[in-house]
Amino acid sequence: MNYRGPFRVRADHNKPDPEILHPQDAIVRVTRSCICGSDLHIYHGLVPDTRVGTTFGHEFTGVVEQVGTGVQKLKVGDHVLVPFNIACGSCTFCKQELYGNCHESNPEATAVGGIFGYSHTAGGYDGGQAEYVRVPYADVGPTIIPEGMDLDDAVLLTDVVPTGYQAAEMGGIKKGDTVVVFGAGPIGIMAAKCAWLFGAARVIIIDHLEYRLEFARNYSQCEAYNFKSLGDPVVFMKKTTGGLGADVCIDAVGAEAAGDTMQTLLGRKMLMTGGSATALHWAINSVKKGGIISIVGVYGPINALVPIGNVVNKGLTIRANQASVKRLLPRMIEHVQAGRIDPKGIITHRIPLEEVSEAYHIFSAKRDNCIKPVLIPPKAEMRA
Amino acid sequence: MEDKNIASVKPFEKERENLADNYKHINGWGIDADPENEPTYPMKTYTGDDHNRLEWERPPLQIQTVEILKSIEHPRLTAVYGTVAPPSGLSGMIRRFAFKYSESTYAHWLPLVFADRINVVEGIVDDLAHGHIPNIFAEKGWKAEWKYNRQEFVQNIAITIAVATAAIIIFSKSKKKKKKSLFSF
Repeated sequence: MNYRGPFRVRADHNKPDPEILHPQDAIVRVTRSCICGSDLHIYHGLVPDTRVGTTFGHEFTGVVEQVGTGVQKLKVGDHVLVPFNIACGSCTFCKQELYGNCHESNPEATAVGGIFGYSHTAGGYDGGQAEYVRVPYADVGPTIIPEGMDLDDAVLLTDVVPTGYQAAEMGGIKKGDTVVVFGAGPIGIMAAKCAWLFGAARVIIIDHLEYRLEFARNYSQCEAYNFKSLGDPVVFMKKTTGGLGADVCIDAVGAEAAGDTMQTLLGRKMLMTGGSATALHWAINSVKKGGIISIVGVYGPINALVPIGNVVNKGLTIRANQASVKRLLPRMIEHVQAGRIDPKGIITHRIPLEEVSEAYHIFSAKRDNCIKPVLIPPKAEMRA
Repeated sequence: MEDKNIASVKPFEKERENLADNYKHINGWGIDADPENEPTYPMKTYTGDDHNRLEWERPPLQIQTVEILKSIEHPRLTAVYGTVAPPSGLSGMIRRFAFKYSESTYAHWLPLVFADRINVVEGIVDDLAHGHIPNIFAEKGWKAEWKYNRQEFVQNIAITIAVATAAIIIFSKSKKKKKKSLFSF
């Protein structure tokens, strides 16, 4: 896959295969690779320093083909799932299990750690929407796929499941809480599903796409409302939660939220802010006083427009981070093996990597009731 | 390379046990400290390593083979990094300019957005230079639009063609008028 500019990607047969560049690198032959909702932000040209020629993709599984001289835990032939965070395991932040905040994987920015295929603002790495990918710090992130686990489940453990889970975890949900999730994309749907695991009494999901709301009702077993039919969604939220607001609000939308003309104009059209922060705005205003806001929606690095005065006046706690996939993986695997989470249940499209342009368009334009597309490289089906 | 302007801080680990001794003059210092009350818990397993600053044992350093633009907020190049699409051409010049400013400024981010757009044009020129004519319709995935949203797709193309034709007609008429008025002297 080769990015050529906003809304333009193509399958590229001439791009050289990756090489070992560091003793702790591995080269992995990709077997499954998803398109993430956050990939759409870079596909749409919203993330600064997204360079033409880059390969996207931070959710992938693959077979180890080659290892550097310093790799000790992995061997050629291991089938691994690769967390989207590139983490060294030894810096201050990694030592404290903040694997999404590694300080040894991204020279281009200090605010974010390295991420596969997510612009030079996230380290300038090629990603996994390819046949082969370079995986730095191979002894830290990559995890051997447990025996018997479906590949389609495994690939969703690289981002979607842990991110959805951490969204709920950061919400500090107490038994009996009402949790509102903004955004019924893959992450929002997973966050709603996971909110129950923490003892939520009521889970509500908000979006404007009916097919996604219907999917969320079934998959996440939650209430689902279309904000276009609610009038003012904040007033609705106050009314439906006994007048005080939700206990916990989760922003699972990020930079491309619909619903507010000014936010859309400044954040999505003119690129003057870090994105359209409508979902976060609503979350802040919909949560109760002293409540918790959990943010996993991705925003650009430029300022975003949010009612920060209300955060102060309501005494809110805001928790936010890129998911620490490595920290959460053991628990996520338990949940999948016990049947509490069915990751592959959100996959709606399996598309050959060769058709990556169409895959991006289908996901971006929300065609064919798309929830989650997975790309399958040509060699994967034969050998995986 | 280390940035000499970043103050070196002694590792906190050795001093931690006796830290309270340093604050005997403050009545009640640390009395309510509770690691379980770390606001990011359980997201973060607090170890106190933050106070060691940059003193962790670093992984081996990747050998630099291409130009890497480093944030001026980083005191040193990270141990690994991506090497795809190093800065080049006009967009590269703009990116180098942007990296003179911190991540906290518009002077960093807005030039990068501008460079990205310039880079798109450079990409097309590069394609042509390599004998490849980019199929922009295919790259935009319009085959899928034809498959899943044909009616609206055709409608949008028809509207675009109609607007473009109208614009050309209006433009060419106004050009003729101008020519006539020039000859009216």
